[in-house]
Amino acid sequence: MTFSVAMVVNGTARSLEVDPRRLLVHVLRDDLHLTGTHIGCDTSQCGACTVVVDGRAMKSCTMLAVQADGSAVTTIEGLAPAGTMHPLQAAFWEKHGLQCGFCTPGMIMTAVDFLERTTDPSDEEIRHAIEGNYCRCTGYQNIVAAIKEASSLLRAGGTASIAVGGDDEEPLPPFSEEEGAAPAGPVAEAQETSPSGSSSSSS
Amino acid sequence: MAVATAFGAAIKRKEDPRFVTGTGTYVDDVQLPGMTYAAILRSPYAHARIKSIDISGAKAMPGVLAAWTGKDLEADLNPLPMAWAAGGNSGGEVGGVVNNVNSPRVLAIDDVKWTGEGVAVVIAETREQAEDAREAIDVDWELLPAVVDTEGATADGAPQLHENAPNNVAFTWAVGDRDGTDAALKAADVVVKQRIVNQRLIPNPMEARGSVGKWEQGNDEYTIWMGSQTPHIQRLLLAAFVMGVPENKIRVIAPDVGGGFGQKIFCYADMALVAWASKQLGGRPVKFAETRRENYQAGTHGRDHITYMKVAAKRDGTVTGLKVKTYANMGGRLSTIGPGIPTTLYGRLLAGPYKIPNVFCEVIGTYTNTVFVDAYRGAGRPEATYVLERAMDLVADELGIDPADVRRRNFLAPDEFPYRNPSGLLRSWNDAEVEIDSGNYEPALDKALAMAGYADIGTAKQEAEGRGKHLGVGLSTYLEICGVAPSKWIGLVGEGWGAAMWESANIRIHLTGKVVLSIGTSSHGQGHETTMAQIVATELGVPVEDVTVDHSDTFGTPFGYGTYGSRSAAVGGMAAIKAADKIKAKARVLAAHMLEAAPDDVVFEEGKLFVKGSPDKAKTIQEVALAAHVGYDLPDGVEPYLDETAYYDTPNCTWPFGSHVAIVEVDKETGAVDLVRYVAVDDCGVRINPMIVDGQLHGGLVQGIGQALWEGAVYDENGQLLTGSMMDYAVPRASWFPTFEMDQTVTPSPVNQMGVKGVGEAATIGSTPAVVNAVVDALSSYGIRHIDMPLTPQRVWRAMQAARNGGNGEVRS
Repeated sequence: MTFSVAMVVNGTARSLEVDPRRLLVHVLRDDLHLTGTHIGCDTSQCGACTVVVDGRAMKSCTMLAVQADGSAVTTIEGLAPAGTMHPLQAAFWEKHGLQCGFCTPGMIMTAVDFLERTTDPSDEEIRHAIEGNYCRCTGYQNIVAAIKEASSLLRAGGTASIAVGGDDEEPLPPFSEEEGAAPAGPVAEAQETSPSGSSSSSS
Repeated sequence: MAVATAFGAAIKRKEDPRFVTGTGTYVDDVQLPGMTYAAILRSPYAHARIKSIDISGAKAMPGVLAAWTGKDLEADLNPLPMAWAAGGNSGGEVGGVVNNVNSPRVLAIDDVKWTGEGVAVVIAETREQAEDAREAIDVDWELLPAVVDTEGATADGAPQLHENAPNNVAFTWAVGDRDGTDAALKAADVVVKQRIVNQRLIPNPMEARGSVGKWEQGNDEYTIWMGSQTPHIQRLLLAAFVMGVPENKIRVIAPDVGGGFGQKIFCYADMALVAWASKQLGGRPVKFAETRRENYQAGTHGRDHITYMKVAAKRDGTVTGLKVKTYANMGGRLSTIGPGIPTTLYGRLLAGPYKIPNVFCEVIGTYTNTVFVDAYRGAGRPEATYVLERAMDLVADELGIDPADVRRRNFLAPDEFPYRNPSGLLRSWNDAEVEIDSGNYEPALDKALAMAGYADIGTAKQEAEGRGKHLGVGLSTYLEICGVAPSKWIGLVGEGWGAAMWESANIRIHLTGKVVLSIGTSSHGQGHETTMAQIVATELGVPVEDVTVDHSDTFGTPFGYGTYGSRSAAVGGMAAIKAADKIKAKARVLAAHMLEAAPDDVVFEEGKLFVKGSPDKAKTIQEVALAAHVGYDLPDGVEPYLDETAYYDTPNCTWPFGSHVAIVEVDKETGAVDLVRYVAVDDCGVRINPMIVDGQLHGGLVQGIGQALWEGAVYDENGQLLTGSMMDYAVPRASWFPTFEMDQTVTPSPVNQMGVKGVGEAATIGSTPAVVNAVVDALSSYGIRHIDMPLTPQRVWRAMQAARNGGNGEVRS
């Protein structure tokens, strides 16, 4: 038995017949061929499959596809128009916030939501925001730098200065809100504080 | 070499646009028409005999195309190879190496040796159908007693895994001078002894493993996509050992690979299985993508040593002898290069950066009911460095000397190179030699100590005490062996690696002047497409944007040994330079013809060729490439096209080193350890792309610190993997770390003209002992000398409690 699921994925309305046991990540990858969303674990720890659902970052392995019926979903492929980069994508490139690239889409989608709510984050706030996203390559240091850089770019008007595959010269059109990336909610999330309260040094 | 332009610059990576936009292609992203899916049934028991397997139920399930057991494959597929028997006995008095080889089958037939060993496979139209059908397979098991502990496996009465390996000994191996070391221990002012556990780790590349096989009926050829660090080696191993088909009938492609850390060096059952299954299905492609749980159960693990060490020292801190006996867990059967890791890459480096005159190291490789153990980031060198750097602190503690001073007293001096150490690192029995060719260890230590404020650490300790914290500082001054390796030294006639270890590169300059570099090494996150382009762009004097790097496809790239052992830059990069040299030599002949001059009079500078003294009448390399391509007017005997290949066998390894300082705070009440600062000064020689180097170091630090504080793979006594998922295995998270404070010294490697050494593993090797030394320092007031890793709050708290109750705080892991 299958169920009908209607979603807006990266701005395009999609209707699918879905086996109810299948997860959102499987439908995105296998049915819609959006393979930029990755699967890194089977216990919802790693965050490689994070996408934005109705404005909030969501591990797409924690959701059945049928639960996404009626939702707007943004994946890494829909974050910026072809040939351009979202400030987060540009900043990850600029700051060497990735190595093997496998965790990168999930990491970026988590940061999309985070920077909507926290426009000028500290290093420590960034480290807590990406706690649900594992990276085994970078040691996180340059990911923190990248998210910080992206926050400056967004505060400065959301203009990325880097075009895909090109050099630094050509400015991009201003970053526009993606469908599904809702503006920050009325209630600001309370920021977590470090349980250890440590991390004495910062960049 | 040419004046550096791209070389040495922190340019952004060429591969990144596809990764940040989600358009990379990892193996599970490969989609082919008619794709089918494999699900492997794995043993739920660590040690059991297979009495029977009934797959008829699975075959009747919806969507199922086939199901097979190990017996169905036996006629066509051989066991996986073990390609690095422990070798190279260095002429010590301990006799020949005993290797009792047992390697895995593609699917087990008679018995299983670990939880997760594959016994049957189902192929279906969809992933879900394959997994459902797998549930319908019925296996009749006869359970056997299990043993998981590497030392315990050799004890009398322990369960036996293999008839050909009495007492579960897979191999024994020894290096150094036993008598001399015993004499040094006897004559020493002080002797310190310690049992040290280097716990088992799971590598955890973020992309688990997988493979896709496609057989072509028309030409009886196989294409296998796999997440691998070594596509050329895998083609060779599958052809020569497992599948028994000629090498030219197999094409291996490692597409984008989501990290490896050693786990993707090796030959795995699924690689052969998907190819064979595709042929049985008449050419329909077969995909196997393991889950994280399968990766934990059936992918290689790392480390897992139990070591007994004795250190001899004079009262002034001079170390005069080091005697080590290590039990190294190999798992239930041997992985591709398992025995090479705790032997060559461990025992031969035990003296590290120190001038220790007497070293003896004995290694017993054991079979246990655990998954196979093989190289994990650092591979043998972290284990050696951990033993040695703990030894230095134990000596310092015993003598009441500052740990920094003990290290200074024992460092090799800059004028003592080249140096041949006493554990025979440098003199294999066949007289092939590698030697520590350079080093200048004290400046790196000075710099790290200054950055950390080491001289004033007492004040910081007092301040922390007032907050209920014990502050500790720990050092690690490591030496690494990278750029592996001269083939004569490491190969079958030397250290026992089953082939060679040279590298390759091909350069073609097209009619348009654009350059394609094809390499035998294989990126899985290191950024070869950028650094290799930087090398070649600089050599040829072309824009770095004009150099495209092809890798990881055996169709179209020259054979290479792949990426591990921090070898891609030092060995693979040199192959690229040698190929560029050949291009330049031919270009000079062509340019001389175009300029009506003699080739010897033509010089090549930054992409231009001209007669000495006449740079105004230059031909660019692009113009020469065009002339070479069209071939309308070539000198006699000169072939068209600029297309050159070079193979480079390095004359020596490289020897990166560094000094790391960790500062931790231990909560007096809970034992929780907080890493508050981390200083790393690394000397990897000349840096091709400093941004990429720093990234490698950051990642290495997190893995090394992760071992010290959190990570550990745990089997229970029945062989069940308790850390069977990411819920249970502590992959470090971003919030657990401070911002690392990094600096460098630069001692160029004399072995290659770039002066590069390698940096992929350095920080993992250096950081683990620094953190443990810091925690032990924090607990010095308790009389605690050692705690086994990982230093979790529970383990530290237990050590403090034991010390408070009058013991020495020793808590065995």
